[in-house]
Amino acid sequence: MKYKLGTMAVAGLMAASPVMADLVFPSLSYRTGPYAAGGIPFADGYADYFAMLNARDGGIGGVMTKVIECETGYNTEKGVECYESTKGEGSLVYQPLSTGITYQLIPKTTADNIPMHTMGYGRTSAANGDVFSHTFNYPANYWNGASGAINYLLNENGGSLDGKKIALVYHNSAYGKEPIRTLQELSAKHGFEFKEVPVDHPGQEQKSQWLQIRRDKPDYVIMYGWGVMNQVAVQEAANIRFPMENFIGIWWSGSENDVLAAGDAANGYKALTFHGVGSDFPVFDDIKTHVVDAGNAAGAGDQIGTVLYNRGLYAAMLAAEAVKTAQAIHGVADITPAQMRDGMEALEITEEKMAALGLPNFGPSFNVSCANHGGDGLVGVTQWDASTKTWSLVSDFAPTDMDVIGPLIAEDSAAYAAENNIEGNC
Amino acid sequence: MFYREAGDFSSTYAEDQQTFPIKFDRYRYYLVLFIAIVVVPFVINDYWVNSLLLPFLIYAIAAIGLNILVGYCGQVSLGTGGFMAVGAYTCYKFMTGVDIWWGGELLFRLPEFNIFFSVIMGGVMTAVVGVLFGLPSLRIKGFYLAVATLAAQFFLVWMFNRISWFYNYSASGQINAPERDIMGVLLTGPSVQPWAAYLFCLFFTITCAVIARNMTRGASGRKWMAIRDMDIAAEIIGVNPLKAKLTAFAVSSFFIGISGALFFSVYLGAVEVGEVFGIQKSFLVLFMIIIGGLGSIFGSFAGAAFLVLLPVALKVVGVDWLGWPTDIVAHLQLVIVGGLIIIFLIAEPHGIAQLWRVAKEKLRLWPFPH
Repeated sequence: MKYKLGTMAVAGLMAASPVMADLVFPSLSYRTGPYAAGGIPFADGYADYFAMLNARDGGIGGVMTKVIECETGYNTEKGVECYESTKGEGSLVYQPLSTGITYQLIPKTTADNIPMHTMGYGRTSAANGDVFSHTFNYPANYWNGASGAINYLLNENGGSLDGKKIALVYHNSAYGKEPIRTLQELSAKHGFEFKEVPVDHPGQEQKSQWLQIRRDKPDYVIMYGWGVMNQVAVQEAANIRFPMENFIGIWWSGSENDVLAAGDAANGYKALTFHGVGSDFPVFDDIKTHVVDAGNAAGAGDQIGTVLYNRGLYAAMLAAEAVKTAQAIHGVADITPAQMRDGMEALEITEEKMAALGLPNFGPSFNVSCANHGGDGLVGVTQWDASTKTWSLVSDFAPTDMDVIGPLIAEDSAAYAAENNIEGNC
Repeated sequence: MFYREAGDFSSTYAEDQQTFPIKFDRYRYYLVLFIAIVVVPFVINDYWVNSLLLPFLIYAIAAIGLNILVGYCGQVSLGTGGFMAVGAYTCYKFMTGVDIWWGGELLFRLPEFNIFFSVIMGGVMTAVVGVLFGLPSLRIKGFYLAVATLAAQFFLVWMFNRISWFYNYSASGQINAPERDIMGVLLTGPSVQPWAAYLFCLFFTITCAVIARNMTRGASGRKWMAIRDMDIAAEIIGVNPLKAKLTAFAVSSFFIGISGALFFSVYLGAVEVGEVFGIQKSFLVLFMIIIGGLGSIFGSFAGAAFLVLLPVALKVVGVDWLGWPTDIVAHLQLVIVGGLIIIFLIAEPHGIAQLWRVAKEKLRLWPFPH
């Protein structure tokens, strides 16, 4: 009873009582602030896919979907406000698209029994579902990314990186620091020299870092950047005439925003990815007929087919598939967040499934299990062509070095488990 | 009609010198306290606590702290974010047990502190750091001091990002508050009851406000204000500028450290120093005291409430009621908050506290203004 008055006040204040007959997907987006260029296409893709499902199929399993957007501006305090204001609406899964907000929400979502999907970001060791019961980071995480880049370079160099020099240019935050441990281990294993080059937020000033790179002459540069830092880095790399084909960004440093500014100089720049690029997939026809032509496109509707739009769409697709899995497991159409978690844990993505969805070969096929919330960690490489202004895949989705990543995940998640007295879930 | 002192007689010095000498004012104050302590905890839920009340209470402490330094002692500071970070990281280290290393070996590890004392230690350590960065204030003034404190801001954030000892060598450089309780009542971590977190912060806010109020109207406050108004004259009448300025830095930093510790442990639970305690935080708290009113404890509360509640209120009106796109509302929010700050500075440079004072004067005469 003691919450009644407060609840009434909130209901009155927000004038939005939970509509139970919807599958609610909160979208903690950022269309403003320093990282808006990355946040807008992702949020558009996420919203458009669900709008398409509503218009084409009448929702998922006969239940309409509803996307509640909340602006975080990449700010953790606003992220908390967004989480608290949407969690009472029956939100099925959170995707904050921010490593900082992810760290806040890992314990909160676990306590509230709501799953969170941090696709290719967040806390890497959340791949260990034994410790992180409600956090998922399939299909690939930061450490898969680091290993994927090294594997690609190994391939390029005939299987040996002995004596090579590899520099990591990273955003000096929780996100950018993630791959350091993995790269240190890999450098010991493969005998390359590893150098860290931190760039402070927001990364508009990188002259000294690239001067250092010019002096040290690394053979390859790997970048973990986000937002304006990417554009500046690509431009600076071009300024010191660093060969673009030896410059590899993580998937958050591989969108059109990052390379267009540098013009022709960015030609040949590479980036990792865990999903397909371009709009040459049947699902985009459905989005055009059911969403864009109906005038329901999210945002300005000008992002369709860009890398980050595709990523938002891919995230929405994985969420929708998890809903279908949950509906099949529990035999109900209008699922709860707890059932959604079971669906995500039993998720299987196969080639046939993706082809049936109109996304053939859009991403790697993978399975999620109770112990493995990270999928199989397959990573591909894309390359930018400045003349046609397109990204194209230059390698298949290849496996990463789980011999190195597995123990690191076990170690980091064990530390979290000890800190928070978590016993195994599986 | 209101705020009349007619018939309100003081028969002792203590009665005459109390904080709220007018009876009506005093009872209003008791009523606010009563509602805050007894009524509010029973009617709040997660949303109210985490989105509105905790940030309000914690920012109020920070604003009181900064107000002592800027509003009462006249020393401009832009290092609030960095000092809050000192409080947060000290609290974290004491919560998890401080480990002392020497020559690559672990010398000893302090036992984990209770969350209450961890927060206090956050304040104490920040006071020490604050005094250190306050030393230049003995030589430089005004803008130059602002630049010196700005250096503190950037140095401290850089240090917490750089030295892994502060974040217990975690791979990501984040600090996470583990679950801690006082007598079985959880205060940090995800399973905290809203009323517990609220009352814990409320306790610190009320205590800090009472201490600050009494210090500022006592001898030390008079010394600070003398320094603020004219430091040479103050020195001539016997105020020791060294002591006055450094105590202002110490007390101010103590409060800011407490607020940083609470901000990390109770409110956010996980912190990344550059994002949470960056230069924007320093400006935000500075705006709070400018809008609320420099040199006023009530102003600190009013400013904190204004800048915490306004964005949420605008969001609720714009997105939830009117159904506008979130990005337009976010942009409008910047325009409106910015516009209000300018309007305030032009129309009422002494802030909300001055509006309140004027309203009180009017109410005293109302309804017969002559």
